[in-house]
Amino acid sequence: MSPAFEPIVGRYLNLNLLGRPHRLYVEEAGQGIPLLCLHTAGSDARQYRGLLKDPRVTDNYRVIAFDMPWHGKSSPPAGWQDEEYRLTSRDYVRMIVEVADALPLDKPVVMGCSIGGRIVLHLAHEHPERFRALIGLESAAHVAPYYDVSWLHRPDVHGGEVCAGVVSGLIAPTAPPAERWETLWHYMQGGPGVFKGDLYFYKVDGDIRDRVDLIDTKRCPLFLLTGEYDYSCTTEGTLDVARRTGAEAVIMKGLGHFPMSEDPERFVGYLLPVLGRIRAL
Amino acid sequence: MIERLAELVNADEKLVRRGRFVHTTFLIEVGDTGYLVRIVDGRIAAVTQGPFITPNYSFALRAPRDAWETFWQDLPPPGFNDLFALFKRGLLRIEGDLHPFMANLLYFKDVLASVRRAAPCQEAPR
Repeated sequence: MSPAFEPIVGRYLNLNLLGRPHRLYVEEAGQGIPLLCLHTAGSDARQYRGLLKDPRVTDNYRVIAFDMPWHGKSSPPAGWQDEEYRLTSRDYVRMIVEVADALPLDKPVVMGCSIGGRIVLHLAHEHPERFRALIGLESAAHVAPYYDVSWLHRPDVHGGEVCAGVVSGLIAPTAPPAERWETLWHYMQGGPGVFKGDLYFYKVDGDIRDRVDLIDTKRCPLFLLTGEYDYSCTTEGTLDVARRTGAEAVIMKGLGHFPMSEDPERFVGYLLPVLGRIRAL
Repeated sequence: MIERLAELVNADEKLVRRGRFVHTTFLIEVGDTGYLVRIVDGRIAAVTQGPFITPNYSFALRAPRDAWETFWQDLPPPGFNDLFALFKRGLLRIEGDLHPFMANLLYFKDVLASVRRAAPCQEAPR
């Protein structure tokens, strides 16, 4: 292989988020409609490496993916050592709006996966006027806890190994091994308690079942893409949101909970028609 | 198929290495049939089929036979591809002292999945 830089540019953005100074790592590539991408719980923006490198996407979209505070190369805020990290719906919505304003992005498309797929439902409900369209990957109104998340952060279990172990089965069995293990590596690199802190939003605070019916997809188009192998956000959960909101939903064959990371090539085949629809809006 | 667990796991050096700190005995129930699996340093030292009088094990994985058989297909359908998938569907019960299981989750998932390589069509004649 001859050495070659990828077309992705990564920079650190210093800004106030949630009223505190933050140093946020942001990657981007491409030009056109801004497409702000949100990673899953306990991982980071490397999950979008496939899209950021794909000219079929970047020819028409400025793809931007940032590591949330505490994740990837974004630092936790000063004083983190005395806090327990817990993501709430209110903070997550504010963070996305503040990042979009800081960059600044004019009516971006926001695409999020898992917790990101959930928060786009909150954005659709609270801020439909701010976004050109929203794309929820592995998106459902609620996921009930099905295992004890305290296993994810305790001194006698390796946090990285157990986080990867918990999510490994959410990847479709057909995913290419290199992409599967890259996806798991991101989980193995998460900071202590961060995945667990994100799951507070996913399984408790982010429950939006009582407001799904209030989402008006005429004010902001909503597209839902869910992998058939996802048993966390189930296909039934996605189809329920679609039925109640009028969002367009597609169940993706041969994909699981991390479509953009576990099998970018297969995923982009499902994403391109959605991106084409949004360009035509 | 579970009878070949020791052979399948112990032949997989990468899997044995991943479990090199595992030292425990756990119980698998396939329908009504129980198996005690003793692991020493990531290698399966013994698989003993029940019935047992006073079985001694750290944790137990219990599922109906047809759920295991679907899980052990070469390409399991959605909902059957992983222990946690079975667990979330309510088909698998995980009980007991879960510490060895959770601390070595990728290892135990692959130990159970290794039975997929013992599919009848690939089995050598005896």
